Amino acid sequence: MKIGLFIPCYVDQFYPKVGIATYELLQKLGCDVEFPMGQTCCGQPMANSGYAHLTKGCDANFIANFSGFDYIVCPSGSCVLHVKDHLHDENQEDKAAAIRNTVYELTEFITDILKIDHIDGRFPYKVGMHVSCHGQRGLKLSQMSELNAPFFSKPEQLLHNIEGLDLVALTRKDECCGFGGTFCVTEEAVSVKMGQDRIKDHESHNVDYITGGDMSCLMHLEGILKRQKSRIKTIHIAEILNSLEN
Amino acid sequence: MSSEKIIPHSEAATKFNKDVERVNWHDETLWFVRAKRDKSAHQIADWELLRETASKIKNNVLSNIHDYLVEFEANAQRNGIIVHWAADAKEHNEIVHSIMAKHDVKQMVKSKSMLTEECHLNDYLAEKGIEVIDSDLGEYIVQLRKEPPSHIVLPAIHLKKEDVSETFHEHLGTEKGNFNPQYLTESARHSLRNTFLTRKVALTGVNFAVAETGEFVVCTNEGNADMGAHLADVHIACMGFEKLVPKREHLGVFLRLLARSATGQPITTFSSHFKKPRDGQEMHIVIVDNGRSKQLGREDFRNSLKCIRCGACMNTCPVYRRSGGHSYHNAVAGPIGSILAPNLDMSKNADLPFASTLCGSCTNVCPVKIDIHDQLYKWRQVLVKDGYTPTAKTVAMKTMAKVLANPTIFNIAGKSGRFVMKNIPGMVNNKMNKWYDQREMPDVPEESFREWYKKNSRESKSKDNE
Ligand code: SF4
Repeated sequence: MKIGLFIPCYVDQFYPKVGIATYELLQKLGCDVEFPMGQTCCGQPMANSGYAHLTKGCDANFIANFSGFDYIVCPSGSCVLHVKDHLHDENQEDKAAAIRNTVYELTEFITDILKIDHIDGRFPYKVGMHVSCHGQRGLKLSQMSELNAPFFSKPEQLLHNIEGLDLVALTRKDECCGFGGTFCVTEEAVSVKMGQDRIKDHESHNVDYITGGDMSCLMHLEGILKRQKSRIKTIHIAEILNSLEN
Repeated sequence: MSSEKIIPHSEAATKFNKDVERVNWHDETLWFVRAKRDKSAHQIADWELLRETASKIKNNVLSNIHDYLVEFEANAQRNGIIVHWAADAKEHNEIVHSIMAKHDVKQMVKSKSMLTEECHLNDYLAEKGIEVIDSDLGEYIVQLRKEPPSHIVLPAIHLKKEDVSETFHEHLGTEKGNFNPQYLTESARHSLRNTFLTRKVALTGVNFAVAETGEFVVCTNEGNADMGAHLADVHIACMGFEKLVPKREHLGVFLRLLARSATGQPITTFSSHFKKPRDGQEMHIVIVDNGRSKQLGREDFRNSLKCIRCGACMNTCPVYRRSGGHSYHNAVAGPIGSILAPNLDMSKNADLPFASTLCGSCTNVCPVKIDIHDQLYKWRQVLVKDGYTPTAKTVAMKTMAKVLANPTIFNIAGKSGRFVMKNIPGMVNNKMNKWYDQREMPDVPEESFREWYKKNSRESKSKDNE
């Protein structure tokens, strides 16, 4: 099974450790992983800003890099959602469709394709899970509080059996952190307030770490935490899973 | 009120956020309503089925709107109701005024109707020398303050009881500094009672109109619509044409959804059915288009006409809760308002579809399953294409698109000062780096992932890199 590793542009540039953790984790789980060197960005920042018509170049580049893999795996729900929903190319629509159907967010790939429901190891900390909206409501990685339906959570499932990991129950378990792509600067006041409020929820449950599947949300929360000189740290779920001794 | 210069959402929201205590209060109060909604919605085993059913009924209505409207008109007329058609806000206001003029009446009591807000009826009638009193308590409060409502169900939700006390002291002569809600409500009640008793014309909104019977239903919690309509000689009901349901039996679906979604109540305290005027009374219905048929024709946005105005999308919207209804400078605020407003006027409302993180919570709570956040995304594309974005942003986006489409340029740009942080996500078109105002920038790592990968990819299998 050949896996194409899709590392979002900002993770590549600013959070290489998340890319490394994802790469190593997938290898530990027995996958044959390759990072196509020509990849750049999925085009989401432009599309969400209303410039979807400018993403043709990005789309073509994405298709050139990621065609031919059995699966494409990415440690970011929102980038995966963008590809799933919006990757098109009129000249090679079949290739685009194949990619849309085989692109997976990391935790859903582990639970749904690799069929691994827990990873053994120890992580002796209090952890709050920041559920990212695109992962949850877009990719349906976990049940949404608005719906009248039974609970499930693919990322949480992976954290549950880790020894010593105390996963707290947040008061507002799936409220948006306010990152929202360009929203975080065009609506700076609201964005920051939303982030601060998310952090307060985690803080009131006394967490050591805020984790999640989307580095963009975590980057936003990290920026606020650092400004507040908080002791709480952010950590991508791939980093937790990859740090386990097993 | 309505003709003020428009302040963009982000600017108004920034102002709203200056008062942290008030934002917190606004957020928590509305979250409380959302939680009540969850509790009561989750008690109904078939909740999701109910939503699906409601959505399908509305789909049917929108697909056959012409026939249902004709059916409704014929039945309403048979019941003795006078039916009017208004193409736009202006016509709507003129019709209402002509009815007032015919009866030579200078005063009107109104029960909450967002449609009349949309049409700016109060301003129009004021210019004609007609006094309008809004009888819904929240609406009454904002009217005294000369403000528009900030929420379609909870019009004065942006105000605390201290604000209400101050307003009532000024306008109704209540005791200064008496914040007791019971006392304040009672004072309003006394003042309104006199209004109800003396008004000859009452105007109400319409929650649902039934094609099959020619009747309509008005839902309130205070009974004020009934007080107004029952005591007045003339009852005018104003409705957007999308308020129709085909048959009476469909009401059950919507009445169960409406109140639960709005406030968490099983049903509104009053769901009043109006079918025909009582002896000696005159009953009018004004059916309004005002952009609705245009929206119906926009395939991507037609679903927005399913809206039953429950306000749930506002209560759940984390952006609305932290920016306040007035920041949306439109009669209907929040997520659904941000879809409806650009239809009315793209240039005035081009900012609204961007006032969202696209988190999707609105879509999930919507009792009629409107794909709200997807429509916001689609509006963005339309607004950009039609040229409603600042040129600088377009230039930046074009540059970005070029860089990101080319791996070589991307890598060079990435290395030279981490292009991405400067340009995505969010630093576009921003000399004063809005990220940094209240957030630290991420640390810049020694090497990018791809640089690491080049060195470590194959051999990493055999050694532990942690
Ligand atoms: S869009 Fe849906 S949730 Fe929002 S007010 Fe309308 S019916 Fe209610």
